[in-house]
Amino acid sequence: MSDTKNYILGVFDDEDVLLKAVGQMRSAGVKIHEVYSPFPVHGLDEELGYKKSRLPIAAFMFGVLGTTLALVMQIWMLGIDWPMIIGGKNFVALPDFVPVTFELTVLLAAFGMVGTFLVSSDLKPWKKANLLDIRITDDRHIMAIDLAKNKAIDSGEITKALKSSGATEVNDKKVEA
Amino acid sequence: MQVTSSVRKPLITGGKTVHDVTEDICKQVEGKPGKLWLMAFGISAVTLAIGLIAVVMTLWEGIGMWGLNKTVGWAWDITNFVWWVGIGHAGTLISAVLLLFRQKWRMAINRAAEAMTIFAVICAAQFPILHMGRPWLGAYWALPLPNTFGSLWVNFNSPLLWDVFAISTYFSVSLVFWYLGLVPDFATIRDRASGIRKVIYGALSLGWDGAARTWSRYESVSLILAGLATPLVLSVHTIVSFDFATSVIPGWHTTIFPPYFVAGAIFSGFAMVLTLMLVTRQVFKLHDYITIEHIELMNIVIIVTGSIVGIAYITEFFIAWYSGVPAEQYAFYNRMQGPYWWAYWSMMTCNVISPHLFWIKKIRTSIAATFILSIIVNIGMWFERFVIIVTSLHRDYLPSSWAMFYPTIYDVGVYLFTFGLFFSAFFLFAKFFPVINMAEVKSIIKSSSESIEEKTAES
Repeated sequence: MSDTKNYILGVFDDEDVLLKAVGQMRSAGVKIHEVYSPFPVHGLDEELGYKKSRLPIAAFMFGVLGTTLALVMQIWMLGIDWPMIIGGKNFVALPDFVPVTFELTVLLAAFGMVGTFLVSSDLKPWKKANLLDIRITDDRHIMAIDLAKNKAIDSGEITKALKSSGATEVNDKKVEA
Repeated sequence: MQVTSSVRKPLITGGKTVHDVTEDICKQVEGKPGKLWLMAFGISAVTLAIGLIAVVMTLWEGIGMWGLNKTVGWAWDITNFVWWVGIGHAGTLISAVLLLFRQKWRMAINRAAEAMTIFAVICAAQFPILHMGRPWLGAYWALPLPNTFGSLWVNFNSPLLWDVFAISTYFSVSLVFWYLGLVPDFATIRDRASGIRKVIYGALSLGWDGAARTWSRYESVSLILAGLATPLVLSVHTIVSFDFATSVIPGWHTTIFPPYFVAGAIFSGFAMVLTLMLVTRQVFKLHDYITIEHIELMNIVIIVTGSIVGIAYITEFFIAWYSGVPAEQYAFYNRMQGPYWWAYWSMMTCNVISPHLFWIKKIRTSIAATFILSIIVNIGMWFERFVIIVTSLHRDYLPSSWAMFYPTIYDVGVYLFTFGLFFSAFFLFAKFFPVINMAEVKSIIKSSSESIEEKTAES
């Protein structure tokens, strides 16, 4: 087994054509490796059969963590570690703790979610982007089909199907893994 | 499928294609800086340098350099702080609230507005930090750090401490929101660049490859961030208003402050966005992306928020009269008729009367009028904070301690410093970062561009 991967790339210049093509290719039994786009295409993840992202759950969990940490911090500092009478209020004056608790909830939820997103999508400053086609970040959508995963279908058939579903061009691409 | 309504005007004119968007925006980043840009940046940098002298003097000699006295212990510093924080409200409002409301016109202006937010909050932070006198010790006063004062902790009952948390959370969440939006655009620049630029933009783009799976997650992150940023943006100016509202000073002690401050913040923020966008549009020739339609919609937001501010002013007066509290009544009478009447009436004219000129369609679609009015609104909003702060303080409980506030050259200098900081940062951003969110604008090319309308009309 060599480390080279063989892709067939369908190039699309219209997001609506692309959406239809994804459906057509999938119903023809072709396994799509990934679709690359210069901008978010609504409904593309559903067409590709991707599950809904669980990032909102991560955000919620981090938010709960933020609320807990903020309350524990304030109650411990002003209520247990060094109680002081401030304006005749209770040591643990919960209504006064609401703003800081809210802010820390938002802070942890936002940073936690974005951090999870960066890790799960493997985005980092020193990563080199291996683009299958340089026009992905400009104006073309690329549908990549991995030949190794579609051995049952002849590559000529795939090319033909891509062309008939509206791809403006179909290219072969070898990538050293 | 997206449906184009014939009622809505196109958001992008000039029959742009997706590739044109890349070309038009990247051209600004890739080209050599123009003469106009160099001049504008030069003036800002010189202002920053002059202002820096005042900052250094304030740090060296102490805040006695400012015009504060025993009676008026808060004046320009806190006025400028609230003014800058207010300006910093439009960016996140545009990108988060308008995203939740699915207002697509936000897409051409959100990038620059968010940048403006970040720089405005940095400018705002200078004032409380400098007012600490010895800011190098400030972390112990403002943050719950373990210390050797017996671990005497910060006071979580104080609105000033809430402010520390609110502003720093707002700043960092806005920064992340802004940066995340920039990542796909950095990737676009990276793939057109070579040499050192490719390395820098490559690192900034975090290895972005536009995969559908990443876009799907990215969209869900943006939506949640917008959902988090919306209550955040409202909380920040609410908490800033608590700095005043929770005290017992007549003129400050009002429950109307939180909504009134938030409306005022959006009002001044939109005005500043307009000022900057009109200049950026002109310098970078972005007429096809920031259209008269955008300007008109922003002017409508200014009418709405300006009206809310106007009603708040009147309500404050009514409640002062209705409360029957003589001190409260005097505070408001003194604002209108006292030695600071000119500040009060400047505020009223700029904030309550001038935005209503935008009811006239000719004025709200005129670039020159919008530019002038956007500056007038921000002058008015500065006076609003000055009036609230200084006129409520200068005649305090004992007539023997009544005083006036006179700014020194150092008050002016520190204010100039923040102007220099704000504009230098904004011009650097405008030159080296894509000023318009390319990925988002590309996604509406099909549904909101002029060329599509023509195509539909032909068929």
